[in-house]
Amino acid sequence: MPATITQAPTTASETKGPNLISMLWRDKFAFVSVIILLLILVSALIGPALLGDAATQQNLRGRNFPPFSFERGWLFYLGGDALGRSMLARLIVAAQSTIAIAAGTVAAAMVVGTILGLIAGYMGKVVSQVIMRLADVIMSFPSLLIAVVVLYVLGPSIPNMILVLAITRVPIYLRTARAEVLEVRERMFVQAAIVMGATHSRIIVKHILPVIAPTILTIATLDFAFVMLAESSLSFLGIGVQPPDITWGLMVSQGRPYLSSAWWLAFWPGLMIVIAALSLNLLSNWLRVALDPTQRWRLEARRTKSV
Amino acid sequence: MSEALLTVKNLSVDFHTARGTVHAVRNVSWSVSRGETLAILGESGSGKSVSANAIMNLLDSPPAEIVSGEILYDGKDLLKISQEEHRALNGKKIAMIFQDPLGHLNPVYSVGWQIVEMMTAHGRPHDLAHKRALELIARVGIPEPEKAMRKYPHQFSGGQRQRLMIAMALMLKPDILIADEPTTALDVTIQAEVLALLKELQAETDMALVLISHDLGVVAEIADRIVVMNEGEIVESGTVREVYHEAKHPYTRKLIAAAPGKGEIKIPNRSSPILLSVEKLSKSYHSFHALRDASFTVARAQSLAIVGESGSGKSTLARTLLRLETADSGHVYWKGKDLLTMSARELLGVRREIQMVFQDPTQSLNPRMSVYELIAEGWDIHKLMPARQERRARVIELLEQVGLIAEHIDRYPHQFSGGQRQRIAIARALALEPELIICDEAVSALDVSIQAQVIALLDSLRQRLGISFIFIAHDLGVVRDFADTVIVMKAGEIVEMGPTAQIFEAPREPYTKKLLASNLDPDPDVQAKRRAMGIYA
Repeated sequence: MPATITQAPTTASETKGPNLISMLWRDKFAFVSVIILLLILVSALIGPALLGDAATQQNLRGRNFPPFSFERGWLFYLGGDALGRSMLARLIVAAQSTIAIAAGTVAAAMVVGTILGLIAGYMGKVVSQVIMRLADVIMSFPSLLIAVVVLYVLGPSIPNMILVLAITRVPIYLRTARAEVLEVRERMFVQAAIVMGATHSRIIVKHILPVIAPTILTIATLDFAFVMLAESSLSFLGIGVQPPDITWGLMVSQGRPYLSSAWWLAFWPGLMIVIAALSLNLLSNWLRVALDPTQRWRLEARRTKSV
Repeated sequence: MSEALLTVKNLSVDFHTARGTVHAVRNVSWSVSRGETLAILGESGSGKSVSANAIMNLLDSPPAEIVSGEILYDGKDLLKISQEEHRALNGKKIAMIFQDPLGHLNPVYSVGWQIVEMMTAHGRPHDLAHKRALELIARVGIPEPEKAMRKYPHQFSGGQRQRLMIAMALMLKPDILIADEPTTALDVTIQAEVLALLKELQAETDMALVLISHDLGVVAEIADRIVVMNEGEIVESGTVREVYHEAKHPYTRKLIAAAPGKGEIKIPNRSSPILLSVEKLSKSYHSFHALRDASFTVARAQSLAIVGESGSGKSTLARTLLRLETADSGHVYWKGKDLLTMSARELLGVRREIQMVFQDPTQSLNPRMSVYELIAEGWDIHKLMPARQERRARVIELLEQVGLIAEHIDRYPHQFSGGQRQRIAIARALALEPELIICDEAVSALDVSIQAQVIALLDSLRQRLGISFIFIAHDLGVVRDFADTVIVMKAGEIVEMGPTAQIFEAPREPYTKKLLASNLDPDPDVQAKRRAMGIYA
């Protein structure tokens, strides 16, 4: 017996503890996505300190300076905006507010929505009805209208924007989580846990949440792009991000009038939104597979032919 | 024997999966003639359905690839003809019925419409099709055919749906009917009726019947010839009698030996103390009485079996006494204390002492937990054995106790076969050192040879550890081997209760007799004798 005990941990390190880095390397799309996301994160963290001045420095002679030339230095390689500011510097600086708003909103909506969804799905009819009707109220209100009213009252600021946008996005997570919980809680392994004497919180956290998490995470990554654009429309109305703060969404809406003459004003920030959303999506796709024991073999090196 | 109607010659099919190539069937050859019934017998994964799917052009390629062989019908090789020609043959000349009729009937169309479509799709006029559908629905024994035509699939019972599928398959008077596990999802009494119907219809139309099954009893009942498949190869073929009595291949012999219902009948030990006592337990859903006044007792180290057909209330009984459902009235005394009125704290203690093993381990084991986490979960819940090293050692001990090995500890459920998964579920139940284990159809989903192993395992646990069992099953053979006391249930009520020997050898109630008579014996001679006695009439 002692022999098997001492042997057990070594076999554990072999078969368990999935090597995340090597699994990431196996999915090349996810690997590139992680690098891009890290770059965006780094620019968000140190961008404003490094390029804050360059991003606000106006140069009216360089208005709508066309991209792809080093004539005015590398900062203007992606062109200049309507006030002659460096597009590249602005994109990097804008990463901070953009990521803060989008990540804050998505995270808040996801956490609140999932918790409410778990409760609505798991608890009895009355609680579920109350939560669902509240969600219906939020959903039946045009989200922009709530935003306008609330931001007008509270005053435009980044935390207030996160609050407002999160409230409008909560029902999406809530409804999905609840629908999944209703299905999962009828599964046999949940019954098996009840028979063993598991408490409600244990069943929710250990048995239901891990099963519904991939769906929620996938929705969250898709929501990222949506939130960035919603934030830009608020900013466009003047109740969102206030200049000199910038976000990609705001840059898109500011560039819109110049689409026919200077396409790069809206194109580059738009491209950044697409790249960020796409990377997150690819990453979540990888994460879904990597976290699922029945799917994980797709990402693992084929040590043996048969498992 | 007349000339072969359909011949499969040297068929080999590979499946190309991400984990490598699987040789699903290798060099399989068989043939079937008019008016004959050929059974393809095999356990899950033996490739028994692959050749039938190849005939019907139902194999998806990729991943499937037909490597070699030919399937001859009417002078043509079915593997070489076009999709168009296949469509003309399928349904018209070669028809197929499946295990799960609900899954193969479209829920949004009336069954009449679907049966008629079978004929109109092959270019027959609608009024003719309607007439024939009515005839056939009456023929397969559905009451009020006119009305039945307008009903939807969910309005029929499982047996009736399978009858409707048969009617649909016979619309165009096919030469060959392929039946893939046609009665596996049905209760024994209904199974006997459906098999009898198939036989009658075959005699009337002189079609060839290819029956794919894992059940020796079904095969013995209906087949003329049999091919036994194991791991993609035919290991034995011959008439049913030859194969049963003079099996040459060790696999066939093992399969026949594993068929339940042949061992010694156990005698209940009357002296052991009463553990669980159920008194007048009732449960109804609205006006439907799922369970009515059930009373019985379970003693230490006793194995009590509850048998009955689907809807008889046997699972409701188990769920109610475990408080997964709230009982309407009655008492459940566990060591003298009423389980149904217990506080949550007291109940937690009882949850440790009564464990349950569910029917399908694929569903009852959380797919995201490793074997270690699954088995150790009970200790987390009941705050036992905090040391991780000690836990791992104990889990390994439990795994070895149920016939698994230490290396399995960090794997996940999907990496095991069905039988192994059920062993994990049993190990999980044992982890809390229970005094009573409730097995709800715990071996029904397993292949016969694995079923026999699991039953042997449970029995040794009963003897060594003195655990009591409540064993819910519909398969009487398994019950006869395992239980010492049997309860027979019908429509929510206990109709008969007694020692196993009494129930099996001297049943009193007509329902028990009918249930026993419908249970198919793997010995074709026993079956023939029973038929001669007109026991199904």
